[in-house]
Amino acid sequence: MSTSYAALLEISDLKVEFPTRRGTLVAVNGVSFNIEPGEVLGLVGESGAGKSMTGNAIIGLLEAPGRIAGGAIRLAGRRIDDLPYEEMRKIRGREIGAIFQDPLTSLNPLYTIERQLVETMTTHLGISKGKARERAIELLHEVGIPSAGERIHHYPHQFSGGMRQRVVIALALCSDPKLIIADEPTTALDVSIQAQIIGLMKKLCRDYQTAILLITHDMGVIAETADRVAVMYAGRVVEIGSVRDVVRRGQHPYTRGLMGSIPKIGDNVEHLSQIDGAMPGLTEVPSGCAFHPRCGVAMSVCRQDTPILQRCDHTEVACWQVVDARTGPKGEA
Amino acid sequence: MVIESFRRFVGSDIWFSFKQSKVTLCAAAVSAAIILAAVAAPLISLQNPFDPVVLDLMDAFSPPVWLEEGSWVFPLGSDDQGRDLYSAILYGSRVSLLIGFSSVVLAMFVGVTLGLVAGYVGGVVDGVIMRVADVQISFPAILIALLIDGVMRALLPGGRHEEMVFYVLVLSIGLSQWVQFARTVRGSTMVERNKEYVQAARVIGISAPMIMLRHILPNVMGPVLVIGTISLAVAILTEATLSFLGVGVPPTEPSLGTLIRVGQDFLFSGEWWIVIFPGVTLATLILAVNLLGDWMRDAFNPKLR
Amino acid sequence: MMALVLRRLLQSIVVMLVVALMAFTIFRYVGDPVAMMVGQETSLEERAQLRVTLGLDDPIPVQFGRFVISMAQGNFGISYQIGRPVSELLVERLPATLELSGIAALFALLVGIPMGVYTALYPTRWLSKIFLGISLIGISLPTFLIGILLILLFGVTLGWLPTFGRGEVVAIGGWTTGLMSTSGLKSLIMPAFTLGMFQLTLIMRLVRSEMLEVLRTDYIKFARARGLSNRVVNLGHALKNTLVPVITITGLQLGSIIAFAIITETVFQWPGMGLLFIQAISMVDIPIMAAYLVLIAFFFVIINLIVDLLYHVVDPRLRIDTDQG
Repeated sequence: MSTSYAALLEISDLKVEFPTRRGTLVAVNGVSFNIEPGEVLGLVGESGAGKSMTGNAIIGLLEAPGRIAGGAIRLAGRRIDDLPYEEMRKIRGREIGAIFQDPLTSLNPLYTIERQLVETMTTHLGISKGKARERAIELLHEVGIPSAGERIHHYPHQFSGGMRQRVVIALALCSDPKLIIADEPTTALDVSIQAQIIGLMKKLCRDYQTAILLITHDMGVIAETADRVAVMYAGRVVEIGSVRDVVRRGQHPYTRGLMGSIPKIGDNVEHLSQIDGAMPGLTEVPSGCAFHPRCGVAMSVCRQDTPILQRCDHTEVACWQVVDARTGPKGEA
Repeated sequence: MVIESFRRFVGSDIWFSFKQSKVTLCAAAVSAAIILAAVAAPLISLQNPFDPVVLDLMDAFSPPVWLEEGSWVFPLGSDDQGRDLYSAILYGSRVSLLIGFSSVVLAMFVGVTLGLVAGYVGGVVDGVIMRVADVQISFPAILIALLIDGVMRALLPGGRHEEMVFYVLVLSIGLSQWVQFARTVRGSTMVERNKEYVQAARVIGISAPMIMLRHILPNVMGPVLVIGTISLAVAILTEATLSFLGVGVPPTEPSLGTLIRVGQDFLFSGEWWIVIFPGVTLATLILAVNLLGDWMRDAFNPKLR
Repeated sequence: MMALVLRRLLQSIVVMLVVALMAFTIFRYVGDPVAMMVGQETSLEERAQLRVTLGLDDPIPVQFGRFVISMAQGNFGISYQIGRPVSELLVERLPATLELSGIAALFALLVGIPMGVYTALYPTRWLSKIFLGISLIGISLPTFLIGILLILLFGVTLGWLPTFGRGEVVAIGGWTTGLMSTSGLKSLIMPAFTLGMFQLTLIMRLVRSEMLEVLRTDYIKFARARGLSNRVVNLGHALKNTLVPVITITGLQLGSIIAFAIITETVFQWPGMGLLFIQAISMVDIPIMAAYLVLIAFFFVIINLIVDLLYHVVDPRLRIDTDQG
């Protein structure tokens, strides 16, 4: 499929590796996907699948010795993965924002909320401190913090967990970025608060037309919030499609295993189905399709060749078995 | 069991990182060299510098061999008594190391015991021990050592003190160092105490001291070794300082610190070697031990692995 | 806040009393005060008389009480060896030690903190490696050795700086200062450097390790994710968060400078309290020893108190919250 306009974010064949004493480990192994303006793309997978690494790579905050070893990242058509630090810094916050998992540790405990908001805005928007303060109060109000005018002078520890994450969201949005990378934004919160935060994120992103890359292992959050979802396994994307299609009619054996293991209300089952085995660590990635040792329908080709992501009916899948069944011997779309 | 542990050690990450770090290897080699030299002092030195029969005042102030008037009889020069400096340094290192090691052993013994007791028993006992520790740690070790030394000096009149000086020093320095051992061991003990293997042992009826010794102690030894190495460097430094100040080892059987004290008087008359060579030896020794301690701390640190 | 201050004050007083008890025990029971004070020829009656005069036969709590009161008044008795009141001796020597310690502390802070920050921010640059090397030498080289090496280099060989004493001092009120004369200033350089060196390396290592920890936190990562400049992130956020715990530990370190002055004063024959103390130990002059102990404890306690309160002022998390969100 081709697009006639440049997507907001284009990831092409991204590889992230980090050299260690025991050899080079590949955390992200040829990942490709696009995000359209205003769209919410979920990136889902188990811990260690490479989701956070992908997010870090996009925003340019890979921790040494990790580095981008191949592929390209384009923002509105412009390559950003090879920019010098200063150039990338201007993009961070202004065009791409980020939200991390733990709101308590994301905020500097020694600075007031006001200070943290104002300094971000004056850095990017070139407005005066006074204007920035006004805007900050507005923002806090929008994210649902009561008596924003007073609370802006408070310190992070004076807010509860849910309120803190709202502040974090305000901080991420204050410079009007076009894309936000949200890495497990609700995982550290109480379940009751999670729903509120998700609702807030959806609303704000609709209002501001901001796209979100929602990285999480929680399918429930994805189902509620995302438009499309990409499933990652052992550093690769194995399936990508609309949320509805992937959840209800996922084609990759791993996707089906994942969705099958989520209990639905009204189900009357005795056992939760699960996928045998565990995702391989970075040093023990199997040859060919990384999932083949755990796959119920693995064929001999799965052990040898790595499947490529291609469109098969309603989703894009990376699975020989699916390709084989739908389109005949591999290669034809 | 020992062979098994050794084999495990050689294959471990710790040994790997040890071999990787050239600096650490160097430090270990230097430490080993000095220790061996000190132990072998009677064999490899040119004279016993503390046997007055051997000394001749005519030999005094001979400069090191590479200067004019130097000779191979006194390769590093001689001091005001005609003592060969090379030999003096060997014997001096012996004294310094002996006191250093003994102090650390004492500190370890006291600290680990008190730490185990405080961590295991808890309650008032723990409170008291920790209060004492808190107060002591807020004063520098040297002050504590000086204090104990001074009190002992006052309690043991004249002659007795000379005989006992070794024990007094070990006591002073050892007691100034126990706190870090106690604190660490206490922390680990408190963690281990709640683990299942300890509960199991109690249920079986094993007595508390047995539990502490046989079960908990092996699990808390790791950090103790790290602290021990660093503590050794501090102990050597403290002894040297005390000796330099004149309240440590007397000149009759000097440690490196005492040699430096004696040597300082001759700086101005130009016989610099009397001070510099013991000084360099001392500094190298402490530096080597410190480097070892640094490496150990990094190697044993679970966060960095 | 007031409650906190009062609580800390109370704790301090308790510590002081414990120290006083130790000093009293040393003073009274280590050796025989009477025997120390009189010569061989004094008769038994005169000794007995002395005992009564000194109140040595009164019940112990009474003696202790008297001890504490007289100490609080600044009366530490008479030095056995020198024969003058200890408090006089201490007052005479205090300015020398305090001046030296103050300059050394300033030196350690002003040089140590930037060095620590630099090595944390730029760990791979060669200057960082040099700094780290210096720090290793700083904790390995005994203070007295540093002093001696300096004397050898700058005093004996080059002849630039004086090698002992304070030089010319100017008396201002009860204080004597060496800062107002060239020879006084010159005399200060080597001792202050020697004394401060150890503290400098400690501070540098502490700042470095704290800063490395801080640089790994989520809030720094978030700050960078917001595109804040390196200067703002490193010297604003990171530095501020680093210095908060550093303050406590450093404050306590600086207290120990006064104790380490003992060594430096011995090397440079600096006429301060430390030198007095060492001489007292070798001559078993109990009153001076006891008095020094109490005085040092006092300094430590005061410094601890100030640092503790400072910590509460600086870290907003420790202030009582007025409301929760």
